[in-house]
Amino acid sequence: MREMVSVGVGSLGIICIISVFIGAVATIQVAFQLASPLVPKSIAGSISRDSTILEFSPTISALVLAGRVGSSMASEIGTMRVTEQIDALEIMGVNAPGYLIAPKIIAGISMVPLLVIISVILGLTGGYIACIVTGSIAPTEYIAGLQDGFNSVIVTVCAVKAVVYGFLITSICSYNGFYTEGGALEVGQSATRGVVYSCIMILFADLMVSSLLL
Amino acid sequence: MIEIKDVYKTFGENEVLKGISAQFKPGQNNLIIGGSGSGKTTLLKCIVGLHEPTKGTVLFDNQEFTHMNFEERVPIRKEIGMLFQNSALFDSMTVEENIMFPLNLFTDQSLSEKRDRANFCLERVNLKDKNKLFPSELSGGMKKRVGIARAISMQPKYLFVDEPNSGLDPKTSILIDELIAELTEEYKITTVIVTHDMNSVMGIGDHIIFLHQGKKWWEGSNKEIAHTDNQELNDFVFASKFMRAAKSKL
Repeated sequence: MREMVSVGVGSLGIICIISVFIGAVATIQVAFQLASPLVPKSIAGSISRDSTILEFSPTISALVLAGRVGSSMASEIGTMRVTEQIDALEIMGVNAPGYLIAPKIIAGISMVPLLVIISVILGLTGGYIACIVTGSIAPTEYIAGLQDGFNSVIVTVCAVKAVVYGFLITSICSYNGFYTEGGALEVGQSATRGVVYSCIMILFADLMVSSLLL
Repeated sequence: MIEIKDVYKTFGENEVLKGISAQFKPGQNNLIIGGSGSGKTTLLKCIVGLHEPTKGTVLFDNQEFTHMNFEERVPIRKEIGMLFQNSALFDSMTVEENIMFPLNLFTDQSLSEKRDRANFCLERVNLKDKNKLFPSELSGGMKKRVGIARAISMQPKYLFVDEPNSGLDPKTSILIDELIAELTEEYKITTVIVTHDMNSVMGIGDHIIFLHQGKKWWEGSNKEIAHTDNQELNDFVFASKFMRAAKSKL
């Protein structure tokens, strides 16, 4: 539960902020590129919806979470390693990976999808706000575009990506933290390595899930 | 009793322990001493199972510990208490929760029973009112004492202590030594202490093993250490002018 609060509630603020801005920017840019009078303006809403649900919300949220949650997990476990707290657990007969890493993975695969759902809602809201503020397209056309030609498979893809990303971030960063050797410097290096590997694996998983499910 | 038989430990090309055998009896303060890099901590970690010896065996009351799997080791681990060099208290838990941690794992005691036990252990190490503090709020000496309280919370048969005096002032250092010696005698624990503190050696060293270059170089008691003609041991123990002066008065 503590891990879920740390991953979920702890990351809510940053996810809210980036989601609104991503949604707004995506809508403005799509509307700008579809300047032709032959293309209905509402199509900007559809494109913005699909790209937010399929790519921006899950992937960018995951990259941000890798930085925020992943580095925190790697450094927490790494510090426990170098201060002999993991040795203390092992001496007591505790299965240290199960005790330390499993709750983090469970928190990751349960809370990252929730954060992505929130991110999608706020991303689409951000697009709507951008329509009102900039007037690049009419809000009614944006809403019409959101409702037009909706294919539920994109929600499935988004959910699968979120679960996979949650697993990748927590497992890669925890692994790097768990096998830290040395002192404070190595803890920092483990956290950095965890974040870098997580980001690479997120992008690779993005490609794999997209090519398999779409 | 703990018995180690012909223990070797190699890290890559580096052979740290070279065939060490010894017996550690209950109710005694068994000290492992030696210079930096002599293999003291590696030996301790081989005994408690944090490192697997490359060769040789460790026996706890005639049960071969070295070749047991994780599950088979659990009953013996329940009887082990360990104080780490940096105390290794769990940062996210209060002092009381740290001491209750092994009780939560291995006993089905009620919460109030566990609290009573934790408070008894804290009282035993003279930290009665510190149960709600977090490790970050404690001094180095207090952390060591909480570490001892956690180590004795399960009433262990075997107590392992890694550098109990490191980073402590001489007065606190003596207090920690006295506390360990007192608990060892009171509960008839088999205590193994890794140290290079000469006050500890002379004060509580009932049985001392001196490691040099990964080998057991000398074995005896604190009474015998002053009269040994072992050159390496003399160079190590009586390295300071103070200790040489103390020896000349013996």
